Amino acid sequence: MEAAFSLSDAELTAIRLSLRVAVWATAASLPPGILIAVVLARGRFFGKSLLDGIVHLPLVLPPVVTGYALLLLFGRHGPLGRLLEDWLGIVLAFRWTGAALASAVMGFPLMVRAIRLSIEAVDRRLEDAAGTLGAAPGWVFVLVTLPLILPGIVAGMILSFARSLGEFGATITFVSNIPGETQTLPSAIYSFTQVPGGDAGALRLSLIAVAISMAALLGAELLARRIGRRLAGA
Amino acid sequence: MLGFDVQHRLGDFTLDARFTSGPGLTALFGRSGAGKSSVVNLIAGLVRPARGRITVDGTDLVDTARGLFVPKHRRRIGYVFQEDRLFPHLTVRQNLLFGRWFSPPAERRGRLDDVVAMLGIGALLARRPGALSGGEKQRVAIGRALLASPRLLLMDEPLASLDAPRKDEILPYIERLRDELGLPIVYVSHSVAEVTRLATTVVLMSEGRVEAVGPVTEVLSRLDLYPKTGRFEAGAVIETRVGGHDPVYDLTRLQCGAGDLWVPRLDMPEGRAVRVRIRARDVTVASVPPQGLSALNVLPARVGEIGAQDGPVVDIRLAVEGGYLLARVTRRSIAELGLITGRSVFAVIKSVALDRQGVTGAPRAPHDDPADLLDG
Repeated sequence: MEAAFSLSDAELTAIRLSLRVAVWATAASLPPGILIAVVLARGRFFGKSLLDGIVHLPLVLPPVVTGYALLLLFGRHGPLGRLLEDWLGIVLAFRWTGAALASAVMGFPLMVRAIRLSIEAVDRRLEDAAGTLGAAPGWVFVLVTLPLILPGIVAGMILSFARSLGEFGATITFVSNIPGETQTLPSAIYSFTQVPGGDAGALRLSLIAVAISMAALLGAELLARRIGRRLAGA
Repeated sequence: MLGFDVQHRLGDFTLDARFTSGPGLTALFGRSGAGKSSVVNLIAGLVRPARGRITVDGTDLVDTARGLFVPKHRRRIGYVFQEDRLFPHLTVRQNLLFGRWFSPPAERRGRLDDVVAMLGIGALLARRPGALSGGEKQRVAIGRALLASPRLLLMDEPLASLDAPRKDEILPYIERLRDELGLPIVYVSHSVAEVTRLATTVVLMSEGRVEAVGPVTEVLSRLDLYPKTGRFEAGAVIETRVGGHDPVYDLTRLQCGAGDLWVPRLDMPEGRAVRVRIRARDVTVASVPPQGLSALNVLPARVGEIGAQDGPVVDIRLAVEGGYLLARVTRRSIAELGLITGRSVFAVIKSVALDRQGVTGAPRAPHDDPADLLDG
């Protein structure tokens, strides 16, 4: 009975790896996420619909296709993969960093969407007011826009984080399922279900996945409520 | 100090306006849709004009002929909006100090403590805008604009979103800005009462054009004013000074160029400048000095312009010493008294018609030397 609830080293490694991948995927996609959200919310240029489409592509493509595209682009022989390796010494293929990239790409449309909606909801008249007070556009963004879209940024980060924890198809296609390197929670659960007697392990990890996801959602809810109170001015 | 000459199209609305304004408070006056807000948005740099030139204190802010457009954050023009537009994520203190960060240290005017004291917002500093009343928000917005050390202050109907008691709460503060800071103000309004009380100079706007520029007394006594400004009761404004009080009958004597006006007692010190708005229907015209009348106020006048004579009632403009009056009379009276332009008459005004609402403080020294005002 006890064995059913104690985690093996391999399982602990998978949990740790999943969290690391999710944290890195979320953190690394935040700056470009905000940038793209601003461009899509505020920009008026030729090809905006195309950019919008590309950003949303991972949401509608089969994850395997996204993973395969990543493999073609960022694999050791892919054009971008070779560039990264030659110039920065970063290898993505079959490494946890690759898993983070796959997760980031899959979560990106969700993050951009949440931030973009909150930017579109910002009262631009407040930004005008900041301008008349002498703030240059960059300062207006940092001091007015950014604080006002904080709830959207938090929501976007949570969505991206949750998407990362659940990412499976693109990850396994791009970086395979290597214990200790690229075997995240979903991959580990998948592996358990492929061997006889793996049911208990699969159940344990599934419960842990539920717990982590719930904790993330509750944390986000609390944070959003605090920010909301602050903006309401009480 | 402010030079404005702009042609600009917004949809099917065309703004084609030019005026200059000096120290004190310049009221942009006209009905909604006349283009008043467009003018202040152009001065602030929120809108880029198709053609024109805008100058403040001898510096060009916009000159389309040279392709010059100074962005709003480099103009140092304060703006108090119709809605407060306070930053909801910052405290009142942080809101107030927002512009200070960006103003050049050498040009900073006014300390936080002084502005807070002047506007009576000391108790609010730690709160956020969401916890303030409408009047408090607008006072904080005024303070925020002032502390950015502007060269010119724009106010776009700052009282429009407030109820009557809140308006009365803010008006004295705007009077203090005008009289104590020496900061030129451009004030948008469609309210005769606000313009009467606050304006040094009036720019009358209608359908995107400037119809008239001049002192309040002159512009508000125009016969063609009312179709252009919406439905207000016709009336003229004259500048007076408190001459004394009559404690026995509870009256106050106001001195104007044409003579004395007795009004119900005012709580104002002797010598205080006061504006009186006299409605056209409260003015009676007599061709000889009237006798045996209960009305206390009789001013010698001369018939000026006579309004359109297409109905039973006609408005006429009377020139009195140092100002104008409007009188509303019947067409028959005009014929029977033989009123023609240039004729000497007597204007009779009932004291009780001059109620508290028609009598307001006037700008201190309305046309003083600008340098003198700036040092104050």
